[in-house]
Amino acid sequence: MRLLPCGDTALLLECDTLDEVAAWSEQLTAAGLGQLEEIVPAARTVLLRVRPGSVTQVRREVQALDPAAAAPPLLDDPPPVPAPETAIPVIYDGPDLYEVGELTRLGARGVVEAHTSQLWRVAFCGFLPGFGYLVGDDDRLHVPRRADPRTRVPAGAVGLAGEFTGAYPRSSPGGWQLIGRTDAPLWDVERDPPALLRPGVRVHFVAVS
Amino acid sequence: MTAVLTVLDPGPLATVQDQGRVGHASSGVPRSGAADRAALRLGNRLLGNREDAAGIEATLGGLVVQMNAPLTVALTGAPGPAEAAGRTVAHGQPVWLEADAVLRLGAPAVGLRTYLSVRGGIAVPQMLGSRSTDLLAGIGPAPLSGGDRLPVGPPGSEPATAQAASRLPHGELSLRILLGPRDDWFTPAAVALLGSACWRVSERSDRVGIRLDGPLLERSAGVELPSEGCVRGSIQVSADGSPILLGPDCPVTGGYPVIAVVDDADCDLAGQARPGDVLRFRR
Repeated sequence: MRLLPCGDTALLLECDTLDEVAAWSEQLTAAGLGQLEEIVPAARTVLLRVRPGSVTQVRREVQALDPAAAAPPLLDDPPPVPAPETAIPVIYDGPDLYEVGELTRLGARGVVEAHTSQLWRVAFCGFLPGFGYLVGDDDRLHVPRRADPRTRVPAGAVGLAGEFTGAYPRSSPGGWQLIGRTDAPLWDVERDPPALLRPGVRVHFVAVS
Repeated sequence: MTAVLTVLDPGPLATVQDQGRVGHASSGVPRSGAADRAALRLGNRLLGNREDAAGIEATLGGLVVQMNAPLTVALTGAPGPAEAAGRTVAHGQPVWLEADAVLRLGAPAVGLRTYLSVRGGIAVPQMLGSRSTDLLAGIGPAPLSGGDRLPVGPPGSEPATAQAASRLPHGELSLRILLGPRDDWFTPAAVALLGSACWRVSERSDRVGIRLDGPLLERSAGVELPSEGCVRGSIQVSADGSPILLGPDCPVTGGYPVIAVVDDADCDLAGQARPGDVLRFRR
């Protein structure tokens, strides 16, 4: 773990793996540091936003934490709350489905099978409000981003990029390989919480026609 | 009767802003908030409002509003001509306006954004804990347009400040920076250039970011950066080497390396930089 400077109201914690990011995020949330306003986990980093004037203090407090040394649960502790699970219906007719089938050598049907048979987990959000980056159980669907990003990806498009899958909560430019679309309510500011896919949520994709 | 402010003309761009949206960044929700937070806080202090009350951020003047009841207002931020009922409205102090008065803001001589605060604050509904308009994420009230009716909240009970001390520098803006988190992705020459060059604010600048015209900043590493969290004030360098100073509506994550970050307090100064202005960064 490295703590990098990020102005006078933030620190950037850099990790080697996504699992390490998850462990640090959990530890930082549990530690409840008084000067820490919020954290932004990402692929290899956790951004710590702190109150003005407290960077040095938070740096010291974070260095004293050790995510590997999290205390084992005591016998009389209540069992941990299971992470929420949600099913996302997908129509697999994306414009890049066949290309992803060729890239992965799974074929279009194999891509759908691989996407629907894994339990995915939201590692972090970013890019757009409610845009979750989901990681799966294996690397069968790891594909590069499109070389030529689209100027407009419609809301609800389901895509793949690198080690992640995700769904666009609103239309935007985008470079992900699109394999399908969903009408799941990914983002609704009237709902609490507004994001359906927020860090920690587990997801099954279900093929519908 | 609730006091209501009616927008007759928003000018080039006017939005409702407060101190921003905290606590939803991990769901991808940007901070947003006033581009010059200190100016809006000052306006609120002048009126006895809470510092985090909402006001109107007017861009390059042009805003025309009418109130349906007597109301005390304050103008802060970029100073420009302002008049109501044929009289000049002073900048940086509380001003009492009678019912039906029409307040008109002209274009400021220096700076970009003028804040109109009202006693009681603009009381549009909060969204995710803030009344700020986020132009990129599409959260909060839409940018103001003619005919919009904005409710005014009940007067606050904070002690009001009588004096205003908001001054905008003429000419170059000098902003303090801290190198990192990704200064090691750039050549030593690029890091030196960042501090020595004059950077001109491009026409293609908005609340999301200020594009800076100047020398290109060369990277020493050729690999791609996985997206990572970033803050307002980050100087992000795109693939071709040109820097962008991120503003209040910047996304919570970015995929380009950040060479340095402007001090939080100086981000308010950057919020007043207009196209053509010159910025310098000092360590």
